[in-house]
Amino acid sequence: MRKLNWKKFLGKLLFGVFVISFIILLLLPFIWQFLTSIKPLDEIAEIPAKWIPSKINIQFYINVFTKHKFGHYLINSAIVSIISTIISIMVGASAAYALARLHFKGNRVMLMVILGISMFPTIATLSPLYLFLKNLKLLNTYAGLIIPYITFALPMSIWLMANFFSQMPRDFEEAAEIDGCNRGQIFMKIMLPLIKPATFSVGLLVFINCWNEYLYAISFMTKDEMRTVPVGIALFATNYQLPWGDIAAATIVATIPLIVLVLIFQNKIVAGLTTGGVKG
Amino acid sequence: MKKTKKMTRRQKNETRTAWIMMTPALILLSLITVYPIVRTFWLSFHEMNLKHPNTGYPFIGLANYAKIFTDSRATSDIIFTLEFTLITVVLEMIIGFAAALIMNYGFRGRGLVRAAVLIPWAIPTSVSAMMWKFIYNDQYGMFNDILYRLHIISKYQAWLSTNSGSFMALVITDVWKTSPYMALLILAGLQLIPSEIYESARIDGANVLQRFTYMTLPLVKRSLLVALLFRTLDAFRVFDLISVMTGGANGTESMAVYAYKQMMNFLNFGYGSTLAVMIFVIIFIISLIYLSFIGGSLSVQED
Repeated sequence: MRKLNWKKFLGKLLFGVFVISFIILLLLPFIWQFLTSIKPLDEIAEIPAKWIPSKINIQFYINVFTKHKFGHYLINSAIVSIISTIISIMVGASAAYALARLHFKGNRVMLMVILGISMFPTIATLSPLYLFLKNLKLLNTYAGLIIPYITFALPMSIWLMANFFSQMPRDFEEAAEIDGCNRGQIFMKIMLPLIKPATFSVGLLVFINCWNEYLYAISFMTKDEMRTVPVGIALFATNYQLPWGDIAAATIVATIPLIVLVLIFQNKIVAGLTTGGVKG
Repeated sequence: MKKTKKMTRRQKNETRTAWIMMTPALILLSLITVYPIVRTFWLSFHEMNLKHPNTGYPFIGLANYAKIFTDSRATSDIIFTLEFTLITVVLEMIIGFAAALIMNYGFRGRGLVRAAVLIPWAIPTSVSAMMWKFIYNDQYGMFNDILYRLHIISKYQAWLSTNSGSFMALVITDVWKTSPYMALLILAGLQLIPSEIYESARIDGANVLQRFTYMTLPLVKRSLLVALLFRTLDAFRVFDLISVMTGGANGTESMAVYAYKQMMNFLNFGYGSTLAVMIFVIIFIISLIYLSFIGGSLSVQED
């Protein structure tokens, strides 16, 4: 018969309480934003602040898609972010593997140079980059944002993935080499899958960075139908006021895809090197 | 592996493969980042104010840099930026680490918790800044409302109109927004630790605290430092948050905001570029400090 272990039970209970209150605290602003988005217009600026709306108002959500080209913004953001993420992971992983595992001169120097590049404040790069893209006729195109986004995602992706590669035991590669694989095959078939949890983490980070990027998006995409989501929302402001209701609704709509993405991919960011790869 | 003067054929092959694998990254990096960086350095040595185009933008050497030391606005901005960076990074590391440990631990509903934790970071900075600005509003903001109801304050405060209030507001918003990012990076590092070693430690009789101190911490140290490094660099360059929430008022102007104002508002590209270079220099020094801790053995490990 199992005796009830009070200490363990209490420990788990406290843990649960802690986690739940942490989550609520974290999501409070977001919940507030959501409530704001469904409040009737006059209740937003009520004093003292009113939490529960008296009735549900979906006008703001309607405004978001009718008064502004929000559907376009969503599609633009999606295309730019997805493509940038995929390419930066591929390019970055390749460079990261070379830097972490292969012996060659100038190895450490390259890592430092790459890090050095990422230390430069982006505002300084704005005007030269703008002129560069203008000359290549890449303004207001997807490529015009994708190329800089990939470039700015690279230093961090390379460093993170190089870090993960260098922590992998060498046994897998040595076993593969004995079996006759060349470096390329080792990379594609063994190392990449091995750091999958890390790759998905890095990919998610890059995606969200691209989705939320503001400075380049507002500078390089001037046509309204090409704009991305953060810029779209920021420009809701008219000369006279900030339409808090619309902004709140747009925030919710813009964040839902990210939440869905995280929910889908969070189980790929899962613990566990496959044991048995070497022993089995 | 002994290093001899002549490269073996194997080493030559590896070198070639390595460079091939790095080429795409290197091309992108040189085109898109190296050129603007070089140009900014070049501009910082010139007197270039677009409002006075007839000066011919002369070369003035280090005059701009000397100006920074006499510019009290620049020095107070540097101090503010350093304070902001220090406090936010420390808080985010603590909270992020705690969150990562929780997310790493297997329990039911873990997926939902992970997704929930990432939400603050998923919202675009400019949008969160606006959202929080509304929360700090002195008349109908949520912050005042909750503190008032909990009897922590006696009346509503105008948080964003004082130096200390604005600083606190910015820190809270940044910590709220960025701890998830730290948590995710640290989590990835925690995931790399094979669970078997915990098993054997438990069998050997180590309790939770011992396992954490002697196993988790050392093994996650490298990932933690890399996460801290990138987070510190980002914190020092803070722009979006400050620009939207306070505009740099009440002593909250960061270096990046000042540089932007110099370039875009005063059209002083020479001095603005100098400020940008200063940001870079300070960040570079900070990175060197971090790297001395990481030990620089990120590349090929000698077993």
